[in-house]
Parts: sequence; C-alpha cells; structure tokens
Amino acid sequence: MKRGVRVKVSGWGRVPVREAEEVLDEDLRAAVEGASLTRGLGRSYGDASLPRREGARVAASRRADRLLAFDPESGVLRAEAGLSLARLHELFLPRGFASPVAPGTEHVTLGGMVAADVHGKNHHGAGTFGAHVRALRLGLADGRELEVSDAHEPELFHATQGGMGLTGHVLEVELALERIPSPWIRQETEPLRDLDELLEKLSAASATWPNTVVHVDPLARGRHLGRGVLVKARWAAPDEAPAAPPRPRRRLTLPVDLPDWALNRTSARLVNEAYRLTNGRSRASLVAPWTFFHPLDFLLEWNRGYGRRGFTQYQAVIPREAGRDAVRSLFETLVASGEPAFLCVVKDFGAEGRGLLSFPRPGTTASIDLPLRGARTQALVDALNGVVIEAGGRVYLAKDALTRREHLAAMEGPRLAAFDAVRRRFDPQRCLSSALAVRLLGDPP
Amino acid sequence: MKAVLFGATRGIGRALARALAERGATLFLLGRDEAALVRSAADLRLRGAASAEFARCDLFEPAGFEPALAQADAALGGFDTVILSAGIQEEQGALERDPELLERMLLADFVHSVRFCEAARRRLLARGGGTLCVLSSVAGDRARAPVALYGAAKAGLSHYLEGLDHAYRKQGLRTVCVKPGFVRTGLTDGLPEPPFAADADAVARTVLRAIERGRPVAYAPPIWRAVMAVVKALPRAVLRRVRF
Repeated sequence: MKRGVRVKVSGWGRVPVREAEEVLDEDLRAAVEGASLTRGLGRSYGDASLPRREGARVAASRRADRLLAFDPESGVLRAEAGLSLARLHELFLPRGFASPVAPGTEHVTLGGMVAADVHGKNHHGAGTFGAHVRALRLGLADGRELEVSDAHEPELFHATQGGMGLTGHVLEVELALERIPSPWIRQETEPLRDLDELLEKLSAASATWPNTVVHVDPLARGRHLGRGVLVKARWAAPDEAPAAPPRPRRRLTLPVDLPDWALNRTSARLVNEAYRLTNGRSRASLVAPWTFFHPLDFLLEWNRGYGRRGFTQYQAVIPREAGRDAVRSLFETLVASGEPAFLCVVKDFGAEGRGLLSFPRPGTTASIDLPLRGARTQALVDALNGVVIEAGGRVYLAKDALTRREHLAAMEGPRLAAFDAVRRRFDPQRCLSSALAVRLLGDPP
Repeated sequence: MKAVLFGATRGIGRALARALAERGATLFLLGRDEAALVRSAADLRLRGAASAEFARCDLFEPAGFEPALAQADAALGGFDTVILSAGIQEEQGALERDPELLERMLLADFVHSVRFCEAARRRLLARGGGTLCVLSSVAGDRARAPVALYGAAKAGLSHYLEGLDHAYRKQGLRTVCVKPGFVRTGLTDGLPEPPFAADADAVARTVLRAIERGRPVAYAPPIWRAVMAVVKALPRAVLRRVRF
C-alpha cells in the first residue's frame, strides 16, 4: 500500500481544518487502496471532503486526469475522475463541446461533480450533472471494482450521484457532453426591484432561456427585500459570435489572508451596492463562458478574503408548493439576523434528479456566503433551517458546515434511510466515511 | 515530431507528452506498467497526438532497452526525438540508511540512464541525428549536503550529456539536458516546498522550448539558471556552512 503524506486539509470555507494522510497518485486505483474517502479539488465548502478523524487516509484524485475515450458523434466522454472541469473545457470548447452542467467554479473534478451531483444555472432545463452521466467505475469498500449505470447496479449508481463519496471511490466517469454552437456566451442582465419581481421574472426567463440566475443584494430589507440582478444566458449562435475563441483569462491569486474584519457589514454593503449600480440597466453582451459560469474563478484563492476564521455558504431549496411566502421568510430571517452576508445567488430548480441524496428539487434555491462568526452564524443557520424544514425543503450537503443532525433528519428522513440501505449493502463496515458523515449521518469517527 | 518517451505516464514526462500531443506529434511510450501505458496512450491520442503506441520497458532491465527502441523505430518509421524522464528520487536519509535503495537509485538515475541514452544515441546517429532530451536535475550542478547521493548520480548524468554534446553535435545529435528545480510531482510529494517550486506543466513548456531551439541545457523554471550560477560560484568553505 502506498504511503500517504500528512497534510492539513480544509474545504473551500477554510474551516474546519483537519489532518489527513493524503495519498496522491496518477494511479487512482492504487491511491484509493485503504482510503476512507476520495478528495478532488476540495471545493466543497464545509467538511464533505475532510477525513472522518484526524490523520485518516484519504485518496487525492487530482492527478488522475486522463481522457480514456471520446466519441465525437455522440459527445460521450469517458475520463478518470480527477479531470477538472477547467481542463475539460480547455480541451473540448475548441472542439465544440461543453460540460452539460457547470457549477459555480471550474476547479472541480468529475468525481467531485458526481459526488455532489452538482447543478448549474441551467438546472431548470438540464437537471443535475448526474442526469448526463452514463456510467461510473467505482472502487468499492471491499476493494472490488464495479461498473455501474442505469442497466447495472442502478441503485448504487443513483446512490453515488450526490452520495458525497460515501458509496465508493469514483474512478472513472462517462458522461455526455453538450454540443455547443460557439465557444461564446450571449447574456442579458436586468435589474430587479424586489422579491416579487425576482420570482416572477426569474420564472418567466427560465421558460425561454437555458441559463438563468439572480444575484441578490443580501443586505436589502423592507420594500427592497430581494432586490437584485437577473442574468440570462445561452450559447451564442455562430453568426453572432466572433470568429476567434475568447482569450483565456488572466488569473490572479489572492496572495495573503485578509484580516478577519475585512469582510464586514460596511464592505459587504459597498460591494453589493457597487454591483447593483453597475447593473442598473438591462444590458445584452457577449462574454467568455467562464465569465458567465465561473465569475469568481478569476481570483484564485479568493476564500482567503475571509481571513482565518473562514466562511460558510448556506444553500437551501424552498419547494415550489411552499409558495412565495416561504422564500420571503427565508430572506427575512437572513436580514433580521444582521449578519454580513456577502454574496447571495437565487435560482429556480427544475425536476428532481436520480441521486438518492441529490440536492435540487422543483422550487427556488438561495445560496448565501457568510463569514463564520461563531454562535451568531450557527444561530442564523439554525433559524434558516427552521424555515426550510417548515417549507419541506432541504440543504445542499456540498456547501453545508453547520446544519445539525436532527435538522437534516427532519428534512431528509426517508431519503436518508434509502441511502443508508445502499451503504449497508456495499459497505457494511462503514469503511468509507467523511467528517460530514460523522457529523450528519452518525458514522463512527 | 516523432518522439519516444520513456517515463511519460507520470510527472514531468506526462506533462511533456501532453504538450507534444497537443501539437499533433507522433508518440511512442516506453514504461514499466502496461495498464498505465494503455491509459496514457489513449489520453494522448484524445489530446491530439497523431498516434500514440507503446511498449513495455523497465529502467531496471537494461537488456530490454535496445529491443524496445527497435520496436519504437519500426512503429514510428524512424523516430527523431527521444525523451528520458524515468528515474527515481529518494531523500538523502533513506538512501544513507538503505544500501539497496541507494544502489537502485544509482542504477536508475545514472548507470541505466546512460545505457538507455547510448542505445538511443546509436539509433539517432544512424539516421543522421535527432534530439536526445534527458531529465537531470539542478542537484547535479553543485554538490550539496541534503542531496549528496542523488546529486552525485545526476551530476554524472549531466556530465555524460555534456560529453555527448561535444562528441556528436557535429553529426547531428542534439542533446538537451534538463535541470529542473523542485517540481510538484509524485517524486516530491511530502517534501517541504522550497522557493521557485513549479508545476510539471510549466516545466514541460520550458523543456519544449529548449527542444525546439536545440539548447543543450535547460533550467526549469528558468530562474534556476541564475540561482545555480550563484551557487556554483560559492566557495566550498561557504557552502559547507549553509545547509541547503
């Protein structure tokens, strides 16, 4: 068994930090031997990619990034699980293909996108990443290797989508890429006055646009509650796009940790006000795909802006049947807390995916970045979860750091039981686990 | 370009092979692990290589070098470039404790590397020349306490490559001795990261430029040329005192 290296790891939120014995290898099969979890690029926010206990063995997939097969007719690609979305797009945008689903960052691996069953700004039409996955090759807890798909071991296939890496090590992913007419994005922005207008226009836009999202001012209150900017986008047609592909963007790196106080109510207000003022009028433009899909990726390590105390992203979905009042109540809870929320994104979800623990369901989702401020942040998350439970919604495990086990059980009861049954079948000893599974699913550390 | 790459399934070799594939080169891989070769060959074809075939070849079985190169020659219809990036790197303490490990390192990084280069050189010269690119190390430029043993092997290798350059340049053999500093690969995992640490992709770009321009020595990243110029100029009495 290959020897690992002791490293401190954390999620994108920077906290908590845990020591792992990380096994990093080009050969993922060798790396997962004896590992309790596979870790990709560490972009889940909380503790989903952290070892179950200090020093536990974790496989790192990021060097296992080979393309294995591609059919230009069907667009079906098979690759090793450590291939990042950034590399995938570098290689395939020039060939006229894109990932069918792109989350907010391009620094994610295929395996990570499966494990979190990620969604993008096109969820209302395209569904989650898992909807486009044809097959997976898994390394099981008992050391066996298994190819799973809708035809073969469908239960395990579906449990692995959104299964947070707890059902098996994802070794290879086969997915159908989307054929694109050009490597450019045509986008339109439109200012929104308040929450009612937000929900109406978002829903109307999603009927005709493949991609929609709203950047909400999380500090606006009263009659301005839900004020924001609606962004609608689609791949540009060849005749409206420039002949040349977009120039690769320059990437900057935030070189230092900002002090903990740098992101406070005043700076949050300034940033949100600036964004609102620069998007005060409706506008159409042609942009590079990464500008639209991954706006924050230009600044590498931007999470250092939150300082050492770190941050969390709270993301929940309010089911459509719960109605507008539940969405309003979520925002009112946030605003009433007075916490300096920095970024807030709202998006409408389409149909539920196949993943047993997949996050999206029809309704409205909101994600909110919050600096970690101890008990105050915990109290806010508890209160938000109260609203979500009341509405019959759920939280996104890939972002979560602070949800309590009993709250998750209230949101997910029957789904957790179904997921647990699959784990019991393929991993009765709980060889595969994570800090998140210990915190939320009752795994032994 | 028709290139043979020994050690292209991992690390710097993998990055170099990908960079060549993206330029449409014709590739032939040599390596120990057949399963890894199959997957890497597929990867390189999908990244744009005109073709990517492979044969098994182990740095610890020098008798296999000549047959493997013959196979590559036949498959490529005569290669013009050979890149050797296979090798091992072990930390000084482990090498001092374990004589067998030391012997393996010396065999891999010097004795067998030279034997492979000799076999490659003969084939390249037989058809009027070509490029022989070999991964040595900045550790071979000046003896230093923390890499006394590994550095000695790499010094020998660099020395040999300079000799080849003097002896055969006129006959068309272009040697490229690559001297990387600390590169983040499987060879260096877990080691504390010194200044100027680089990713394999960046090193690959530097190496490719050196191959294209026929530079006999390439430091990667290039800053190491200046760093090593200073280190090489330091008097022994000074170097004895600084631990780096």
